[in-house]
Amino acid sequence: MLEIKNLTAKAGDKEILTGISLTVKAGEVHAIMGPNGSGKSTLAQVLAGHPSYEVTGGSVTFLGQDLLALEPEKRAQAGVFLAFQYPVEIAGVTNAYFLRAAFNEQRKARGEEEVDPIDFIDLLEEKLKIVEWGPEIMQRAVNFGFSGGEKKRNEILQMAVLSPKLAILDETDSGLDIDALRIVANGVNKLQRPDAATIVVTHYQRLLDHVVPDFVHVLAGGRIVKSGGKELALELEARGYEWLEDSAIAGARA
Amino acid sequence: MDTSVETLVNREYAYGFVTPIEADTFMPGLSEDVVRAISAKKDEPEWLLEWRLKAYRKWLTLTEPHWANVKYAPIDYQAIRYYSAPRTAKPLGSLDEVDPELLKTYAKLGIPLNEQKLLTGVAVDAIFDSVSVATTYKAKLAEYGVIFCPLSEAVREHPDLVQKYLGSVVPYGDNYFAALNAAVFSDGSFVYIPKGVKCPLELSTYFRINTADVGQFERTLIVAEERASVSYLEGCTAPKRDTNQLHAAVVELVALDDATIKYSTVQNWYAGDKDGKGGIYNFVTKRGKCAGARSKISWIQVEAGSAITWKYPSCILQGDDSVGEFYSVAVVNNHQQADTGTKMIHVGKNTRSTIVSKGISAGHGNGSYRGLVKVLPRAENARNYTQCDSMLIGNKCGAHTFPYIDIQNPTATLEHEASTSKIAEDQIFYLKARGLNTENAISMIVNGFCKEVFLNLPTEFAVEAQKLLGVSLEGSVG
Repeated sequence: MLEIKNLTAKAGDKEILTGISLTVKAGEVHAIMGPNGSGKSTLAQVLAGHPSYEVTGGSVTFLGQDLLALEPEKRAQAGVFLAFQYPVEIAGVTNAYFLRAAFNEQRKARGEEEVDPIDFIDLLEEKLKIVEWGPEIMQRAVNFGFSGGEKKRNEILQMAVLSPKLAILDETDSGLDIDALRIVANGVNKLQRPDAATIVVTHYQRLLDHVVPDFVHVLAGGRIVKSGGKELALELEARGYEWLEDSAIAGARA
Repeated sequence: MDTSVETLVNREYAYGFVTPIEADTFMPGLSEDVVRAISAKKDEPEWLLEWRLKAYRKWLTLTEPHWANVKYAPIDYQAIRYYSAPRTAKPLGSLDEVDPELLKTYAKLGIPLNEQKLLTGVAVDAIFDSVSVATTYKAKLAEYGVIFCPLSEAVREHPDLVQKYLGSVVPYGDNYFAALNAAVFSDGSFVYIPKGVKCPLELSTYFRINTADVGQFERTLIVAEERASVSYLEGCTAPKRDTNQLHAAVVELVALDDATIKYSTVQNWYAGDKDGKGGIYNFVTKRGKCAGARSKISWIQVEAGSAITWKYPSCILQGDDSVGEFYSVAVVNNHQQADTGTKMIHVGKNTRSTIVSKGISAGHGNGSYRGLVKVLPRAENARNYTQCDSMLIGNKCGAHTFPYIDIQNPTATLEHEASTSKIAEDQIFYLKARGLNTENAISMIVNGFCKEVFLNLPTEFAVEAQKLLGVSLEGSVG
């Protein structure tokens, strides 16, 4: 589904990704872990097409398409979804209007008919259950005045509505209390499908207690320095990242 | 990082076409003879000619105001044509007699004058250059005693009403452009709502400038008697030309006891090209008088077009407990300039006013809010709420705020809120990451910003206004 080959990227003059290669197949859950500044969030943003990063080398193929050649909206329309680490507030635009607009843009891109507001409410009802929300949330402005936890739940709600083929969760667990973490994690689990894949970017093990990954990759210095199964996450929890960083630096010197 | 946004195409102004129609047009130039000739064309009574001449003589003593935060080359008032009417225009008995070329023009503008095809619930007066060419639903309105007709016709048919109210809110010598208008105004709409009548239709005037070098000087007068109410909307477009054209209109509103007037404007005059060449100078005086107790006047404006806009729709809150409102969205893109706002003059007791201004500046546009809240000594317990927000798109545009406050009664309560924000790349990216393209993303953010104003527009036009905003800002992010 997703094939990243030797991807390098920079922000300004600063090289952040120094050569990432990763293959993700349908139905899989991959966790990307690593210390602060290792490039985890950059990888997520680069895959979504954030204009602040410049890809300097390598390739990303998504369902046979050159993902890097696509505008961010085309990537979204192709089925890539990024749950933002810092969801953005849009004043004066209701969640309902925003979600329907996004939903319809993606339908149009697939050559499907747009859904009118009435039918959309029916569809939403199902999706709201996933994040344990009532309909009131739809009349509030997008993320405006939302608590940190509400913002993250709203990301999962959007994911539920848009049912992406590839969901990238960028530190979705950061800043969540126990209840919010449970709701978010349950949401992610419910949304997993055999034909869709999930990449969970996280600093900590705790989300992975709920969303169990098939593979864990550790990023350091802008590249993957170690890959393993879910037990790797536990090892990281116990030992920290330092031992990997040291070997990454050693590897870079070699 | 901005390449994706910079590559946006700038959509062409969709209303920039010219109608090939034979017109009766004056030679350029202004003199007493021209004023007399306009009056003669319209077969006006002596009192009106005298009024025009007084205005003209007053105008000669005035100087063009330059306190607004706008820049333009001097206007040559002798190079303007002060009258132009389609050759076929004459008092029309029915819509069937309207020149097909004109009907086509309005259809192209999205204003079908055929009553069956009209927006339901909206009566339209169509003004083409200097004259009204069609008014719809007149018969239906007459059943309610509502008068809705060209001002020139009202002068003939309802002279007492016109003479009583014309110039009663904006006197002929009020300011430079109002004096010019009083001298040479050619047509406009007249609305009269009798006592206790709630106007059954939305009334709408559509202004179209067609002929080159012509100045449009229309004058609108709306009178709502006791307990009457009306909602009125004006729309405006003009062809694309390299030269600037002057539009100096006057609007007067009079609301008697318990009357309500809601006046909405969606202004989309040609704004000039990307380099600032051409476009309409929109120098307009709009003022409403809440003459009666508990009367209410609301101005709602969406100003998206014109090279330069200079207008301050105002309310004189004379009646006790009267209410004035001003809701405004003003967009400047490319090289557009706008200096717009309102004046709320509290005269009566317990008068209230609300001002909500949303300015959006993009490209090299320069937008200013200028507003006055004045509370006179007799205005016990006057209240004003002002909210003034600006949004900047890009880093070559400007947004300015000039609030003036003059309080002469200590019981007044005033609140003022202001904000300036920059449209964030992060907001655009967030929406793009959900599948919206850049244009739709900007449009959504800007419409959210303007929501409070759009909520006050008649529903049929709120959608149009939102679309217009999207089009006006295309290609604006860089």
